[in-house]
Amino acid sequence: MAKSIPPVWNKIAKHAMLPETTHDERARYNFLANLNKHLAHVSQGNKIAYETRVEPKFKKEHGREIKDTKELGQEIAKDPHYQIWSSLRRSTMEMRQQAGRSIVLRQAEALRDKARALNAGKDSLVLDSNCEIPPYLLAVDNHLMPGSYHTELIEDDVTPAANYDSGIFVTTAGLLGRYNDGGGKAITSWVKKNYPNFNPKRILDIGCGMGHNVLPIARAFPDAEVIAIDTGAPMLRYAHARAMDLGITNVKFMQMDAGKTIFEDASFDWVQSTMFFHETGGKSIYNIMNEVYRLLKPGGLTLHIEQPQYTDDMSLFEKFIRDWDALNNSEPYWSKMHDIEPLDLMKASGFKEEDFMQIGAKAENDLDDGSQNADEPEDHGRSPIWNVFGAIKN
Amino acid sequence: MIDYIKLASSKSKGKRPYFHDDPAVERVLNITMAVAGELAVMRERMDSIERILEKKGLVLKEEIENYVPDSKEIEEERQTWHSEYISRILRIVQQEMEELENPDKSIEDIANDINEM
Ligand SMILES: C[S@@+](CC[C@H](N)C(=O)[O-])C[C@H]1O[C@@H](n2cnc3c(N)ncnc32)[C@H](O)[C@@H]1O
Repeated sequence: MAKSIPPVWNKIAKHAMLPETTHDERARYNFLANLNKHLAHVSQGNKIAYETRVEPKFKKEHGREIKDTKELGQEIAKDPHYQIWSSLRRSTMEMRQQAGRSIVLRQAEALRDKARALNAGKDSLVLDSNCEIPPYLLAVDNHLMPGSYHTELIEDDVTPAANYDSGIFVTTAGLLGRYNDGGGKAITSWVKKNYPNFNPKRILDIGCGMGHNVLPIARAFPDAEVIAIDTGAPMLRYAHARAMDLGITNVKFMQMDAGKTIFEDASFDWVQSTMFFHETGGKSIYNIMNEVYRLLKPGGLTLHIEQPQYTDDMSLFEKFIRDWDALNNSEPYWSKMHDIEPLDLMKASGFKEEDFMQIGAKAENDLDDGSQNADEPEDHGRSPIWNVFGAIKN
Repeated sequence: MIDYIKLASSKSKGKRPYFHDDPAVERVLNITMAVAGELAVMRERMDSIERILEKKGLVLKEEIENYVPDSKEIEEERQTWHSEYISRILRIVQQEMEELENPDKSIEDIANDINEM
C-alpha cells in the first residue's frame, strides 16, 4: 500500500501569533513533514535487521539471547540499516529545529510586539520573575529545542513558543489537528461522555506550554475558571496572546512551578496535564503529584495524558525502539519514567487504588480527511496514541 | 538585533549522538540532507511559479512539460549547465583522482622545499 501523504503546512489554523512565513519556509516544513513520514517507513527495516542479522549473529557468537535493551542497543548500533535510519532521523529533527528557529528568530521583535499588544492591560496573564526554572529543565533542551522553553534572547521573548507552535506539525505530520489540540479535544470528549454530570468550577492545567491542549477544555466548560501554569515565561506570553486572539477568555495563564503552587488546599475540581510528566524529573514527579493531590477537592478529577506505557508483553526490541526518541531526541526523563507505574506514583501521593483509572486515547484530528487512516506503521514516540492515567480523589 | 542566522542553527544541550562508525559520514550526510531539503524547497517554488503563470494564462503547464530545446545553441547551453553543475558538486571525486594520477607532496614538505629555494 502506498504511504499516506501528510497535509500541507498551510492547513494549520492561523491566528495572530503564528509567525509569518515565506513561501520557502512553508516548503521547508512540508519537506520535513514528508521526510519524517518517510523515515517512519524506513524504521520498519530496523525490526527486520534486528531479527535477521543482529539477533542471529549475537546468538551464534555468545550462545545465548540478548538479555536487555542496553545490550540490544550495543548490538544494533553496529547494523548499517539502524545506523542510516538513526542518523537520518536525528538529522531530520535537527533540521526541524533549524527551520523553525530560522523563521521565528528573524521576526523575534515583531512577534514580541504582537504579544505585547494582545496581552496589554489583561490580568489573565500573570508572570513572576522570581519563579525558578526547575533544574531538570536547565539540564537538557527537550526534543533538541535549543534554549528550551524558558530562554529569552530578547526582552519579553516569545520565540520558543512560536517555534514550537509552528513546527510541531512537522514532527507529528499534522496528526494533532489544525490547532494541535487533538489531545485536549480527546480528553474533553472522554470526560463529557464518562462524567456527563461533571460540572467543574475550577480547572488547573499544569505545564500548559503554549496552551494547545487547555483551550479545548476551557471552550467545553465556558463557565469554569481555568488556570494554566508553566515555568516558561515565553510560553505563557505566547499562550495568552494566542488565547486572546482565538477569543478564549476564561483561562488565566500564570508563571508557577507545578511542584509548589500558591493555590489553597482542595481548591480545584479538575487538575489536568498533557505530555508533561515525561519532561520532568525523578524527584519532581513525586512532588508535583503530591501537589496535585493537595490541590484537588474531594471528589475532584485528575487526568494525565502521557506517552504509552511499556507492557510486559512488549518485546525487547519494541521497548528499545520506543526509547530511541528519549535518548536521541533528547527527552531523557521519558526513558526513566517507564520504571514508574502510574498507579504507584499516584498512590504515593495519597490517591487510592480503587479510584485509579487508566485509558488509551487517540487524538481527535480535524485535519484528517480520511487519507490519514491508511495502514501506516506506528512512528514510535510520535503517534497520537496515548496512555491517560488519573484518579478521583476520595 | 540578535544574530538570527547563527542562533537558528544553535546546538541543543547534551553530547550529540553519532551513529556511523566514522563521524565524517554523519557530517556529510547532514550536509547532504540539508541540501536535499533546499532542492525540495526550490522544486516547490518552481511549481508555484508554473501554476501562477498558468493561472494568468501566460504559460500553460503543458507547454513546460512538452518543451524541448529548439536550437543547437539552446541545447548546448543546457547541457553545459548540467556538466558544470555536476563537476561542481563532485569536485572532491575529481580532485582525489588527480591526486591518484599525480601523487603529490604535502604542503609541509613543499614548505620545507621552498625554504631551500
Ligand atoms: C511538552 S510541554 C507541554 C505541552 C502542553 N501541555 C500542551 O498540551 O501543549 C512541557 C511544558 O511543561 C513545562 N514545565 C516543566 N516542568 C514544569 C513545572 N515544574 N511547573 C510548571 N511547568 C513546567 C515546560 O516549561 C513546558 O512548557
